[in-house]
Amino acid sequence: MTQSIPSPADRRATLTRRAFLIRSGLLGCSAAASPLLTPITFAATPGDNRLVVIILRGAMDGLDVVQPYGDPALAGLRRSLRSGPDAGAHDLDGFYALHPGLVALLPLWQAGELAFGHAVSTPYRDKRSHFDGQDLLEAGTSDLAPASARDGWLNRLLQQQGITGAETAYAIGRDALPVLAGRAPVANWAPDAGLLISPQARRLAEAVMHDDPLFRMALSEALQLSRMDVPALTDDDADTDSVAAMAPARSMGQPQAGGTVAGHVAIADFAAERLRGAARIAAFSLSGWDTHMAQAAVLPRVVSQLAETVLALRDGLGPVWGQTAVLAVTEFGRTARENGTAGTDHGTGGAMMMAGGAVRGGRVVADWPGLGADALYDGRDLRPTRDVRDVVAWAMRGLFGLDRAVLETAVFPGLDMGADPQIIL
Amino acid sequence: MPFDPELAEMRFGAGLSPAIAPPAGVPAMLERLSGPDDIAARFPIEDFTAFLVRMEANRTARRARGKSKDDPAAAARHLKEQRLVKRDARIAQGQWLGMQVQRRVHTADGLRERLVAFWADHFTAQGKAGVMQRAASPYVETTIRPHVTGRFADLVVAATTAPLMLHYLDQEAASGPNSVAAQALLAEGRVKRTGLNENLARELLELHTLGVTGGYAQDDVRELAELLTGLTYQAQVGFKFQHKMAEPGAETVLGLSYGGGPGNAQLSDIVAALDALATHPDTGRHIARKLAVHFVTDDPDPALVDHLAATFAATRGDLMAVYAALLDHPAAWDPVLHNVKPPFDFLASAWRALALPTDAFLTMDEPGIQRNLRAPLARMGQPWERPVGPDGWPEDDAAWINPLGLSARMDWAMNGPGDLGVPLPDPRDFVRAALGSRALPEVIFAASAAENRREGVGLVLVSPAFQRR
Repeated sequence: MTQSIPSPADRRATLTRRAFLIRSGLLGCSAAASPLLTPITFAATPGDNRLVVIILRGAMDGLDVVQPYGDPALAGLRRSLRSGPDAGAHDLDGFYALHPGLVALLPLWQAGELAFGHAVSTPYRDKRSHFDGQDLLEAGTSDLAPASARDGWLNRLLQQQGITGAETAYAIGRDALPVLAGRAPVANWAPDAGLLISPQARRLAEAVMHDDPLFRMALSEALQLSRMDVPALTDDDADTDSVAAMAPARSMGQPQAGGTVAGHVAIADFAAERLRGAARIAAFSLSGWDTHMAQAAVLPRVVSQLAETVLALRDGLGPVWGQTAVLAVTEFGRTARENGTAGTDHGTGGAMMMAGGAVRGGRVVADWPGLGADALYDGRDLRPTRDVRDVVAWAMRGLFGLDRAVLETAVFPGLDMGADPQIIL
Repeated sequence: MPFDPELAEMRFGAGLSPAIAPPAGVPAMLERLSGPDDIAARFPIEDFTAFLVRMEANRTARRARGKSKDDPAAAARHLKEQRLVKRDARIAQGQWLGMQVQRRVHTADGLRERLVAFWADHFTAQGKAGVMQRAASPYVETTIRPHVTGRFADLVVAATTAPLMLHYLDQEAASGPNSVAAQALLAEGRVKRTGLNENLARELLELHTLGVTGGYAQDDVRELAELLTGLTYQAQVGFKFQHKMAEPGAETVLGLSYGGGPGNAQLSDIVAALDALATHPDTGRHIARKLAVHFVTDDPDPALVDHLAATFAATRGDLMAVYAALLDHPAAWDPVLHNVKPPFDFLASAWRALALPTDAFLTMDEPGIQRNLRAPLARMGQPWERPVGPDGWPEDDAAWINPLGLSARMDWAMNGPGDLGVPLPDPRDFVRAALGSRALPEVIFAASAAENRREGVGLVLVSPAFQRR
């Protein structure tokens, strides 16, 4: 498998490097010029880097979010879904263009803090079920083990790190996050949560739940998390008349003057707050990508939410953004061809996003398979040329310094990580 | 094993009530279920025919607004009309939620309520915009509720032809690439909105009938998507089969051929395919397992699943026979409580144990419904009528009992009942009313040792014996 890194301009590479040095506080230090300052050296302090994983539920259309408009076959596959700079998308490198709804992320791209992987997928094939697809994405395995025997790759990362503190990793929001499920302790919390309870009621509740492990552990963690200074909400926001209101986190906004903070932004703010403190890993979901119909009307809203989420993380993380990688992954891509209702159906290969000051950005990592009739997978989908887990595994190696052997056996059992895409600075 | 009436009411019904005796035996449960649906008449919820009037009013106002571009005053008036239609529907949705709680509180036929909820979840459908966002309860009332005691195939046909399902899974606008309608549009050069959409076909196979492990492949999805073209609806009339949108010729699903006869495509071809899918052995196994997981435990005894699947196969999906098989099997009566109640069931069973007055919620204003019902449900992880996807709400206990979900349940249990202003019972009596013989010593102690009634009642409600069933 070859690695095509669309020509990052030298100027940008220089800027990126300087930005990195400033962030690392090493400018002017002799080590700054040392060729030994490799990703592995950087990862020699695994305690300081941050990883945010966003599960994009519903199957993001990679061909619309990161549009390969330089592929001559794309236009013929899509009738109402137009692509490329002529259709308002933002050129990235002469081959790919960014969906107009992600315009707010262009400065990150220019600063070398935003990258994409394309033509990636999990090993999941052919049945194209959201639910099995998400389960496999989060299990990080080749095949789906029975639910009882399953854990998530982020949890296995924690296990390898020997993490014992419950505040190192956060599963945020009310969606289940199997990617963080497993033996290692994980905090599960949301921006609007908070358990106010009298000391007497607390003692009695502990007694009442003591013999039921599920309840006892959930209560113990809830009480611990509630002791931290979490802003609490009294009432949920009223329903709104919009498709966006279907996002599961929609009721989590914190009332503020002049309106409310949308659910996804509240979650990103909360994640950033925790990551500025003791937390090193956070995961949450962003739903709404299942664009079977009128995609041109539906997708802009959800890509904007993704952009707002990333910007809220950057702003909230402040000084530690430079040590952060945000990975956004989805269960599979969508059909290369537009369907009969101006949308796209469930496909195979898709795209992923990587953002953060720790990311070597300004490029699309892909071994592009082409969109010609013979190139399509099953005659209908973008053909995956790289396992999405490879990219995630290399990012983990860059951030936390795990051995490749550990990643290929314990975190992603049976994975061959392939060539290093050098995701992390 | 002797029949345990309390367990019957907890596991297969609406929970214990101080006012309504639990069922006397399995025959009584099945007899009530076969009889008239009294509680629906007592606490009525709008049916879909009535809801169509709202859809039509919305459509009329939207159209009038579209035609008033040169008349700002008229456009503003029509916009206001549209907003009123939407607001009224939103308020009605909250009232229907109150009705559903009341049905749970006052029914002597709790199994029916549980089955309606089970099948409504199995055939999850929701509106994606505008007034349709409020259509889920009328959909359940018309499409699901009358069929829960019939054949499974009847449910499949009803759900697959329901306007809300056709809207939710994008079937309404799909057309056969070679259909009369598509060809006419192509001739006019309007190619963008012609062709298939696989969404309903895929979920019909994966979720509604065979299950994801069932024996189907991408070709079956594609062929079924072609076969389903023509299923659509109009606000004036509801469901409508538009043969002009249907793909001509035969389609092959699971090796069987449908349609392809002379003349127009026929709805009966689709119904025949749905019947075959609904009675398929893979479907029987899928439904058997779902029922066992939902009613008994996340990890059910394989013998129970086999028993249900065999009954489903032998009766070609006669649901009363399948329910009888469930209630007859010893594994269904494991005295240990397993499944955690989902938030709505938790809340409704709490109100049942607290003997909620029959008028509560029925005349409550929208902020009240929001505060007392919708907000607590959302915080517990079940925003009302808004599951994330067409697979509905999770069954896994850990999906509900995590720090977040449990905090919300505790917060509501300690404060929600008192906030409504309903007189709270003495916690020492309430522990028996709510838990019966399953009141454990530590819960009895907690109820007596709490500092006040609110917390005493709340501690009973948060006890695992109340939250499981």
